[in-house]
Amino acid sequence: MIVADQKPLNELKSLTRGGENVLVVGCGTCVTVCFAGGAREAAITASSLRMAFKLDGNSRQVSDVTVQRQCEWEYLDQIAEQVKEADVVLSLGCGVGVQAIAEHFPETWVVPGLNTSFMGMPTEQGVWAERCAACGDCILGLTGGICPIARCSKSLLNGPCGGSEGGHCEVNPETPCAWQLIYDRLTGMGKLDVLMEIQPPKNWRAARDGGPRKIVREDLRLAKEEE
Amino acid sequence: MTTPTSGNGYLVGSNLERVLRANHFAVTAELGPPQSADPQVIKKKAALLKGYCDAVNITDNQTAIVRMSSIASGAIVIQEGLEAVIQMTCRDRNRLAIQADLLGAYALGMRNLLCLTGDHQTFGNHPNSRNVFDIDSLQLIQIVKGMRDEGVFQSGDAFSGPEPRFFIGAAAAPFADPVEFRPYRLAKKINAGANFIQTQLVYDVPAFARFMEKVRQLDLHKQAFILAGVGPLKTPTMARYMKTSVPGILVPDALIERMEAAGKPWAGKSKEEITKEEKKARADAYKETGIQICIELIQQLRQIEGVAGVHIMAIEWEEAVKPIVEGAGLYPRPMVAEKAVA
Repeated sequence: MIVADQKPLNELKSLTRGGENVLVVGCGTCVTVCFAGGAREAAITASSLRMAFKLDGNSRQVSDVTVQRQCEWEYLDQIAEQVKEADVVLSLGCGVGVQAIAEHFPETWVVPGLNTSFMGMPTEQGVWAERCAACGDCILGLTGGICPIARCSKSLLNGPCGGSEGGHCEVNPETPCAWQLIYDRLTGMGKLDVLMEIQPPKNWRAARDGGPRKIVREDLRLAKEEE
Repeated sequence: MTTPTSGNGYLVGSNLERVLRANHFAVTAELGPPQSADPQVIKKKAALLKGYCDAVNITDNQTAIVRMSSIASGAIVIQEGLEAVIQMTCRDRNRLAIQADLLGAYALGMRNLLCLTGDHQTFGNHPNSRNVFDIDSLQLIQIVKGMRDEGVFQSGDAFSGPEPRFFIGAAAAPFADPVEFRPYRLAKKINAGANFIQTQLVYDVPAFARFMEKVRQLDLHKQAFILAGVGPLKTPTMARYMKTSVPGILVPDALIERMEAAGKPWAGKSKEEITKEEKKARADAYKETGIQICIELIQQLRQIEGVAGVHIMAIEWEEAVKPIVEGAGLYPRPMVAEKAVA
């Protein structure tokens, strides 16, 4: 899932400055599951802003609504009326959601309420950790299902570096050393020979380095045209 | 060892390569460039090292702190009549910049190159910077070897002129985790093309001897020259810091105690009581002990089969190299003919 984190209230106040009518838009998918921007968080954010505006002595209006997915046009169509009435939309979606709103409602000023952090998963109650960097050329088959691109601080393909100590990364003792994890898993499975191969330089063109990415599925496009 | 390929009977023919191939116990010394544009700093440090090492190893933004570049400093070192080992990390440059800088380094007369991944930028003075890590140290070794031996860039494009010929170095961290994998990672570096190896600082000789035993089992000492990393301890505080805070360095308690004992005559005095003169005397006593320990470490390391030399890292203390090299009986440094005996 996409994992995000709420921006502080002061930043939200500053971002929504000048709008008399603020609409907080939550998203019912990833950010709901990571408790950052679902219906509950949208309601709490709206009410926090109302209180903050009241304390500041102004009477700005704040309402909230949550859609199933901010990143699909059909769900955004459902809130077109509310968006039209708002001076500023505070999106609690990920960066994709914010941009979808901006693109779908060209007349509307939209600002982000979250910092989109990473693609990851909850590892325990209240803890999320990064797992995938969307590099576009998956190498998990070489590393025992543990991604060094996302989980090694230096994204090494031939790790571990000299900064691995006691299973942790020297950059942050809270972070497990991805290459220690890979080593342990491959040794445990009797596949250490995989680690003896030198991995060649990566093709980063499939990652963001090749420019913004797009997937076109002709099979699906044609199917749509035939309808 | 790797088959020499150039006309002079050497792979590259740098002084370091010649000394090592003649089976002399090699000595390299580290030189840290200044955090300024002052060439005098390099010249002063070079003067301290001249004649006491076979090549001067110049760091590349070590610990991710901006300093004069390794290659620019190397050019000054060469002007001063010393040989340079330049360093290249993968943290600050992508494959284009690395290859471009190496062409330039060779054109400026540099012949030895240490290939490193690089310390993470969050440890340095620009922690908010973006890192590169387009390639890692192993891939860097392969690229440099490909440029030298096959005359091709990483892309596979061939050179249209002379290729850069570097004596390729790599680092080894014998005590970093997972410890059991370290000899194998060293094997990977040697398979990738490393000609010489420089290890992390060694203070625990028995632990290093165990690593070397594995290295010999894998026959790695016959495929690359292994230089053990040594460095004089300056104070007991530094010794304790390295033990507790630097990953991959083991400092035995006995050495820390020896450093502490050197300060005994001044023990029990509070910060206010101790005079300036006493402070200096204590600092000198620590330094003297640190240098003595370093000399003993070199003598012990020299007894280990497969250790071809030492790399002395006297960080911001280049003055220590002379007494260490003399004390270890490694002065004067050998002169080896430029043409190898066939």
